[in-house]
Amino acid sequence: MMFLSLLVFSPLLGIVLLMFVRKTDERMIQWLGTAATVPPLILALFAFIQSGRGFRLERLDEARDWVRLTDLPFLTDAAYVIRYELGIDGLSLVFIVLTAVLATLAALASMLVKTEKKGYFLWLLALEIGMLGVFSAANFVWFFLFLEVTLVAMFLLVGKWGGFERERAAYSYLLYNGLGSALLLVVIAVLLARTGTANFALLHEMLHNPAAEGQLIAPLTEEGRRWLLGGLLLAFAVKLPAVPFHRWIIRVHVEAPPPVVMLHAGVLLKIAAYGMIRFGVGLFPDEFRSFAGVLALFGVINVLYGALLALRQRELKRVLAYSSVSHMGVVLIGLGALNEAGIQGAVLQSVAHGLISALSFLLVGVLAHRMGTTDINRLGGLTKAMPLFSGYLLTAALALLGLPGLAGFVGEFTSFLGLFQTKPALAAVGALGLIFAAVYSLKAVLDITFGRPRDRREAVVSSREPQASAASLGEPQGGVVDLQGKEAVPAFILVALIVAVGVYPQLLAAPLTAVVKTMMNGLGG
Amino acid sequence: MNDVWQSDWSMMAPEWIVLAAAITLLVMDLALPSSRSRRPLAWGAAAAAALAMIATAAMIPAESASILHDTFRLDAFAKAFKLVVLAGGALALLLVAEWAPKEGSPHRGEFAYMMLFALLGAMMMASSGDLLTLFVSLELLSVSSYILAGLRKTAPASNEAALKYVINGGIATAIMLFGMSYVFGLTGTTNLGGIARRLQETNEPYMLALAFLLLLIGVSFKLATVPFHMWAPDVYEGAPVPATAFFAVVSKTAGFALLLRLLVTIFAAAPAEGRDPSSLLLSMQPIITVLAGLTMIIGSVVALRQRSLKRLLAYSGIAHAGYLLAGFAAMSWAMIDSLWMYLLVYTLMNIGAFAIIAHIVNETGSDDLDGLAGLYRHRPFLAAAFGLFLLSLAGIPGTAGFIAKLHIFIGLVVTEPGHYVLAAVMAITTVISYVYYFNLIVQLFFRPTFTAPLGRLPAGLSTAVVLCALGTLAIGWAPGLAYDMLAQFGHFGDFLP
Repeated sequence: MMFLSLLVFSPLLGIVLLMFVRKTDERMIQWLGTAATVPPLILALFAFIQSGRGFRLERLDEARDWVRLTDLPFLTDAAYVIRYELGIDGLSLVFIVLTAVLATLAALASMLVKTEKKGYFLWLLALEIGMLGVFSAANFVWFFLFLEVTLVAMFLLVGKWGGFERERAAYSYLLYNGLGSALLLVVIAVLLARTGTANFALLHEMLHNPAAEGQLIAPLTEEGRRWLLGGLLLAFAVKLPAVPFHRWIIRVHVEAPPPVVMLHAGVLLKIAAYGMIRFGVGLFPDEFRSFAGVLALFGVINVLYGALLALRQRELKRVLAYSSVSHMGVVLIGLGALNEAGIQGAVLQSVAHGLISALSFLLVGVLAHRMGTTDINRLGGLTKAMPLFSGYLLTAALALLGLPGLAGFVGEFTSFLGLFQTKPALAAVGALGLIFAAVYSLKAVLDITFGRPRDRREAVVSSREPQASAASLGEPQGGVVDLQGKEAVPAFILVALIVAVGVYPQLLAAPLTAVVKTMMNGLGG
Repeated sequence: MNDVWQSDWSMMAPEWIVLAAAITLLVMDLALPSSRSRRPLAWGAAAAAALAMIATAAMIPAESASILHDTFRLDAFAKAFKLVVLAGGALALLLVAEWAPKEGSPHRGEFAYMMLFALLGAMMMASSGDLLTLFVSLELLSVSSYILAGLRKTAPASNEAALKYVINGGIATAIMLFGMSYVFGLTGTTNLGGIARRLQETNEPYMLALAFLLLLIGVSFKLATVPFHMWAPDVYEGAPVPATAFFAVVSKTAGFALLLRLLVTIFAAAPAEGRDPSSLLLSMQPIITVLAGLTMIIGSVVALRQRSLKRLLAYSGIAHAGYLLAGFAAMSWAMIDSLWMYLLVYTLMNIGAFAIIAHIVNETGSDDLDGLAGLYRHRPFLAAAFGLFLLSLAGIPGTAGFIAKLHIFIGLVVTEPGHYVLAAVMAITTVISYVYYFNLIVQLFFRPTFTAPLGRLPAGLSTAVVLCALGTLAIGWAPGLAYDMLAQFGHFGDFLP
């Protein structure tokens, strides 16, 4: 079976074909680049539907010999064999589908990228391979390998195609994530060195089966395991990001091209959530208990801090960036709850926020393109000129604040439900953040759609002489036109998905249930 | 004397090849009219190094043996390190063949054969079984290197480099020789195996510790590790690029061969005071650990401020020497394995980078990192290759640099107790190194170009770049290739005599 390899590496076909397209042929590049994201989408949806019908995902497992680091005589034959291993379960599948969907939509939204399109799409597709690989990897070395592919691809995408301070943002991204990765690499090296394997299932066996403990090459004490888990959680806390480490994400949200932010906020941040669940809860369930309180506390801090700062921002991208910080806090809250509802909530929140932030940044991209700015002070009254756009923006805001019936509500509700069961006081404080969310998202969006620009002098008011006022900004990239067909399609799909998840969360919860149950058994809860 | 002449001289076939080629080229350089280009000589030298590599590879299955009263050993270690040294030498000679500096001094003849002599010294060093052969081969490598550093006769920087190299190298040699004299005084023999055996019967831990430290200082000079690293940036900057590449790669590999041969063989089983009385080497572990940590930190932090590509790679080379020293300090069973792998990978990625720098220096006469700006627009493949080498130097997965680094990490944490602090330092300095490696990537791909577009890469350089890029990618995505080769050396089980 080559299904997963095909799924992960199918964008490679697009990369190869793109190499042969002339740089100037932008239509062809856009078309080919978008088309290249379709095969993984089809394969991911196929797997999703099949698994819904009872297909066992373990049958997709793949393994191939890759490298054997050493064959010292005192080691067993399996020691230090690193294989190329892919394998998915319900948890990974949810994220893979999210990745594939958002990648296609981001490729569609990339119409607005005009410079050096060829290089842009090459790296966008490389980024997709990395993301799909991260969720499909069945061993730590390959997980790390794919993770670093996303790191390099993001660095280039932000640094070359980003806004004014793009290089600074790219470095921020690189250094914070590099530190997280380096920490993760040390943890991986310790696990690999002392157990002789990097495979998730084998590691689980080695760490928890007393019979297998004798096969350890060097001992892993209780304290050592706690350190390992601490390192893992810290590494992913940087990537999530948890509050003291959040500076980079603001810069990336503001500076990166909007389609790239769709993937960044939509998928890349979720890798951290995935990592915490898969490795934290999955590999170290006993030790995880002692970290649950800290996680929940940091989650609440994230929610409140992000929400409060989002309130103060007058730049739409920054509002959304801080709201990302706030929403990723909900993921931590879910994990800290340490019960079935909490973990399920963390995953649902990840997916929901992935969809919502993708929608938001799709619209931000259009807004920046039409008006030349995303400064709330300079925008106002968009409903007249762009009714359709305003409608979508309002939907995004409602989803962001967690309106019941939309995806955001499901994630937040389930996560907080989990925490109210175990730590009600903390949960009550954290829930305040949800109120702030309503304030900041509605304030920002209503100002743009219905309000009047505050900064009259430089205002870009759509209803009056759009050409003239845009020209004063220097870069009018088109008159004020409402969402057009090509742009409306991805927005419509995202809204449809947000509603679907909101109304029928079972769609996502179903594949998760079995995985979460197994994990809860590990936790002994 | 009879048994000397009856020795199995064929064991030295690679050395003979290199020596014969060096002498032939020397004579040819003298005999050829001065109007003739010396470029073919460098190609010949590269071919000789490649031939010697094949000869070495052919000997891999042979049993470990020694000739000349155990002064020349051909064990797995010797074969493995000779292969790396020869690969580095052959690639560096390709750079020599295309060396065409702006100031236009045609020194190609001596450039090629002096490098072959240096290479011979490096090869012998990997094979030495005796203090005397070790010392002579070290001197052969060093003296030839001094000349290589000063080959840009009209350039003051090159003269300065040569002078600095001679003085620093001379001091290092003297200190090392002083250390050797202690070892000889305690044991009465110069044979490494004999020394190791006799030391087990002596009980002079303090004298021995002094000898160890003196030898360590001497080797540190050669490796350019802290605190004896200051000469490297100046010498790297002043020397002609192919010589810089040679120092960065071949000299470093030879230096680590020297480190292992000298310190491990002699001191691994020598009695000591302190933590572990059974092994002086283990009791010195804390010192080496601290030096490794400092080397990594200083190398990568100072590299942040460099604008000259050669200086940048010099400091990055110091940082890499720190990683290697960390692999040595761990003293796990993975020690020699991981050092060999790292040096192999380091050779590929570094020579690749130097080949491109050589081209830039040839064309523009400067090695400022601005020269890279916008390379992507005119020479996309060259920029991509440079990007690959930089990613590999930074240890990003998908390149050979990652696998090698992972191996060193494993060595660090597999011991009991693990060297977690050193591993953490290595991880953090790796992230620091991202700043300067990615800064070059920014130059290559993001910045507009100010200079005239570079010309096409000449044949020798493009051969080197292609070989190095293929190797870096192949080991990155299919590390089995390199590890299958490593497995043939049987974990260097015959290393200790």
